[in-house]
Amino acid sequence: MHSKKRNLFNWSIYAVLIILSAVFLAPILIILLNSVKGSFYIADSPFTLPDSETFTGISNYIKGFTQSDFIQAFFNSVFITVFSVAAIVLLTSMTAWYIVRVKNIFTKALYYLFVFSMIVPFQMVMYSLTYYAFELNLNSKPGIILIYLGFGAGLSVFMFSGFIKSIPAEIEEAAIIDGCGPVQTFFRIVLPILKPTAITVSILNAMWIWNDYLLPYLILGSGNDKTLPVAVQMALSGGYGNKDMGALMAMLVLAVIPIIIFYLFCQKYIIRGVIAGAVKG
Amino acid sequence: MHKTLKRYFPIFVLPTLSVFAVLFLVPFVMGVFLSFTHFKTVDSSEWVGLANYIRIFTTDKTFMNSLWLTVRFTVVSVISINVIAFSVALLLTRGLKGSNFFRTVFFMPNLIGGIVLGHIWSLIINGILAFFGVDITYDPSYGFWGLVVMMNWQLIGYMMIIYIAGIQNIPDDLSEAAAIDGASPAQTLFRITIPMVMPSVTICTFLTLTNSFKLFDQNLALNGKSADTALLALDIYKTFYDHTGLKLDQWHGEGQAKAVIFFLIVALIAFVQLRATGRREVEQ
Repeated sequence: MHSKKRNLFNWSIYAVLIILSAVFLAPILIILLNSVKGSFYIADSPFTLPDSETFTGISNYIKGFTQSDFIQAFFNSVFITVFSVAAIVLLTSMTAWYIVRVKNIFTKALYYLFVFSMIVPFQMVMYSLTYYAFELNLNSKPGIILIYLGFGAGLSVFMFSGFIKSIPAEIEEAAIIDGCGPVQTFFRIVLPILKPTAITVSILNAMWIWNDYLLPYLILGSGNDKTLPVAVQMALSGGYGNKDMGALMAMLVLAVIPIIIFYLFCQKYIIRGVIAGAVKG
Repeated sequence: MHKTLKRYFPIFVLPTLSVFAVLFLVPFVMGVFLSFTHFKTVDSSEWVGLANYIRIFTTDKTFMNSLWLTVRFTVVSVISINVIAFSVALLLTRGLKGSNFFRTVFFMPNLIGGIVLGHIWSLIINGILAFFGVDITYDPSYGFWGLVVMMNWQLIGYMMIIYIAGIQNIPDDLSEAAAIDGASPAQTLFRITIPMVMPSVTICTFLTLTNSFKLFDQNLALNGKSADTALLALDIYKTFYDHTGLKLDQWHGEGQAKAVIFFLIVALIAFVQLRATGRREVEQ
């Protein structure tokens, strides 16, 4: 009797979870369905399934690829994200190691400056940063990598420092006594120990930079150097009537799919990284 | 080691520090300075004292409107997201088969960028409203609730993950002892589960608070053209870069003054959070 009641209870939980999953997946499915419908039918009836009259196969995707410079924007985003994350992980882990191991007033002040930068919203420096970026000729794909390093340093130094404080300095000291220089010690001994934090820092920064819109829009504009979010915003922000909705739906799907694939493959690391980032941030 | 390493400052710290100083510290100080000036470009600024601040609180109505809108949006989002996320976390920590699948599905929207997310919801919300012959700009409350629904869709999975971690950290003997003592499920929930996950509640409250308060991309993509539903971050952006219509008489510098107030509120939230979590995170 008892287990029967329990079974019924479990099934009602499943029912709630399945309905919720449907609600969570619906927006993506709607985009997917509309991406294979004729442009005319998308704005008109976005919630109907494609039928023999409205189905257009992959022609929207072909248009999406050829009409816009979507592929160029995709590779711009890949370039900027990969190199910014690499620069941030390498340079901020070195900085964090130094300011944790060399203890004086100066490194302490530096640590608090980095922590302080974490709470400053982008709008606060938006105008002056854009000005300096153009003055220093940093309005290019390599230039924006430096800007991401400057703006992303705070969180990354903070997270690396937190981890380095928890590892004993004896191992490093032994290496130095054995004749290893600090640079060798860092790359041979410290960096391998930092690997789990490095993965977390990479994921948090990659998610931020890949999805960032305002900074690349202000610095790189909507020309050849534009990133994926800027391309999507440029294509979709105009009046809906005179846009090729079919090609735009295909663009949205193509912008979402790489993220979902990345998520399904690295789910363990992403969830772990996001929890660590939440607890620290 | 301290002494050997100390000489390596140029290799270990200087690259990060110089970029950080030039591209964060200098723009930050410049931003504070510019909020007290009237300027056309950064080099030709004229000191006007508090005039920008006075204008954003008196003549320019958009700031107070968007501040009030942001506060309402933040309160509604924080409550709805946390209540739903915690309830879902309770359902997913009962050891049911398939819990991992549901967790994967609920968390996924969190990874989709704000711009793409905003456009997906723009299509859906405008599609629904089309049945009634209107769109999202018809009534500011449509835009408001559109933002709330979208924010829920994006953040519920994220908060759920943190609550699941919190619930799983509760030692089993606590709930077992409660069950032996004959506690009802409701008693277990309110006397054991909720008090034990209070640290997660604090984290999630502040995460949703800052995320909602600083929202920009989603707002721009979903209803960026409507001035009635511009949250603070979008209003600041419009004050700087959108000089159409009535905005022509705005001073350069007003946007920066708004940004400073925005920063102070965000800093205050962060400070309260630091106190609430007992400074554990920073000092370790």
